[in-house]
Amino acid sequence: MIAQLGRRTVDAVKAVGRFGHFVSDMGRALPDVATWGGLTVVQMRRVGVDSLPVALFIAAFTGVVLALQASYTFTGTVPLYFVGTLVGKTMMLELGPVLAGLALAGRVGASMAAELGTMKVTEQVDALETLAYDPQSFLVVPRVLAGTLMFPVIVALAILTGIATGWLASLVLLDLSTQEFLKGLKLFYRFKDTWFGLFKSATFGCTITLVGCIVGLATRGGAEGVGRSTTRAVVYSAVLLLVLDAFWALVLLR
Amino acid sequence: MIQFADLYKAFDGKPVLAGVTLDVQDGETMVIIGYSGTGKSVALKHVVGLLQPDGGDVIVDGRPVSTLDRAELYGLRREIGFVFQFAALFDSMTVADNVALGLRRRRLSEDEIDERVREALALVDLTGTEDRLPAELSGGMRKRVGIARAIALRPRYLLYDEPTTGLDPVTSAVMDQLMVRTREHLGATGIVVTHDMRSAYAVGDRIAMLYEGRIRQVGPVAEIQQTGDPVVRQFIEGRPA
Repeated sequence: MIAQLGRRTVDAVKAVGRFGHFVSDMGRALPDVATWGGLTVVQMRRVGVDSLPVALFIAAFTGVVLALQASYTFTGTVPLYFVGTLVGKTMMLELGPVLAGLALAGRVGASMAAELGTMKVTEQVDALETLAYDPQSFLVVPRVLAGTLMFPVIVALAILTGIATGWLASLVLLDLSTQEFLKGLKLFYRFKDTWFGLFKSATFGCTITLVGCIVGLATRGGAEGVGRSTTRAVVYSAVLLLVLDAFWALVLLR
Repeated sequence: MIQFADLYKAFDGKPVLAGVTLDVQDGETMVIIGYSGTGKSVALKHVVGLLQPDGGDVIVDGRPVSTLDRAELYGLRREIGFVFQFAALFDSMTVADNVALGLRRRRLSEDEIDERVREALALVDLTGTEDRLPAELSGGMRKRVGIARAIALRPRYLLYDEPTTGLDPVTSAVMDQLMVRTREHLGATGIVVTHDMRSAYAVGDRIAMLYEGRIRQVGPVAEIQQTGDPVVRQFIEGRPA
């Protein structure tokens, strides 16, 4: 029991060490703009195109459900225009970034881990090295930068979609006027609501892509190894995303 | 000149290379033969610094590979072309982009890159495949693209990892011809790792047998063919124990 605990502790410390080493390697690759510059644009396009439909789909239904649940909770006790407040605040501060993040952990994180894992086991990463490319510059930096830059854009659009569908649901299903919905939406709005959600989503994007790259490049074995890495990337990303979500709430919202 | 100097490597505590010592002279093609899993590819990967030795080193033109910093290592890799066992082509790139990738790293003009890509593909008889993706090629064609990618760099050294594995006898013979032609064209020093004896005799100047982590015997092709060493004899004749 104690031996097992010791082994797990050593493994955890080693994992932290590997993570630190990986991040420092990534930092070392940053001056190599000639390699990662163009590739980052390609990755931004891929992350955006891959992620936008699923993020908007989730946000659209979340907006409707939020409006209906708010109305169900408030009826008879709280003025109904608070539906706008709840939809806006919840989408901006929490559900927009977190739901989109979780969906993208499955979509983007898994796809990066699978792609890099396949490249690793088929020696494509070694081939890059022999062609005098640093895999960090060629593979990792473009993906992590693309994730960090594109997630806030995707989340901003998801938040707008969620609020729009929440407003539509209020209009059609709750007999709430546009003026009332907007009154509620503006009621407790602070600029911090906007930047907090977008900043948080940038850190989610960075985390998801970084985990996808680390796990993908650590892949060993054949197809089975790639499968394991893909699952691992999704699980680690989702867990880290929720931990990070709590961390930012603790640090920035108190 | 490439020197394997008392090279040691183990994986998970299991020794694979246990003191490999071998000199590859400039201009020659050295073939390293040996049973599957004896560490031939492991030895080859030490030449380009893809693996770090546990002991000893590989010395290329007086430079111990494991002691080079990143910039020096990338400088060394620019002088070496590496042909991987399964070609290791980049799936998402066309044949031309695969061949051009190493050239783009050298900051050549696009005109020169196009010229070199055309020349390399012509040398491996793959003119006209520039716009195809690796998935659309046969195994033999993929390996030839791998060779084209390596020779487009006009390297001083060419390393081949199992170039004929998985190919039919005719395609294997074509690969052998290509390796000979490439050497004549570039004058590069070569190391070929294989367990295909027909290929070893066709492309090698000298043959070294790796056995139980060490070089069991090394010598010119004719000498190996006449060897009295029972282990080498058994291997080159393909006799079961």
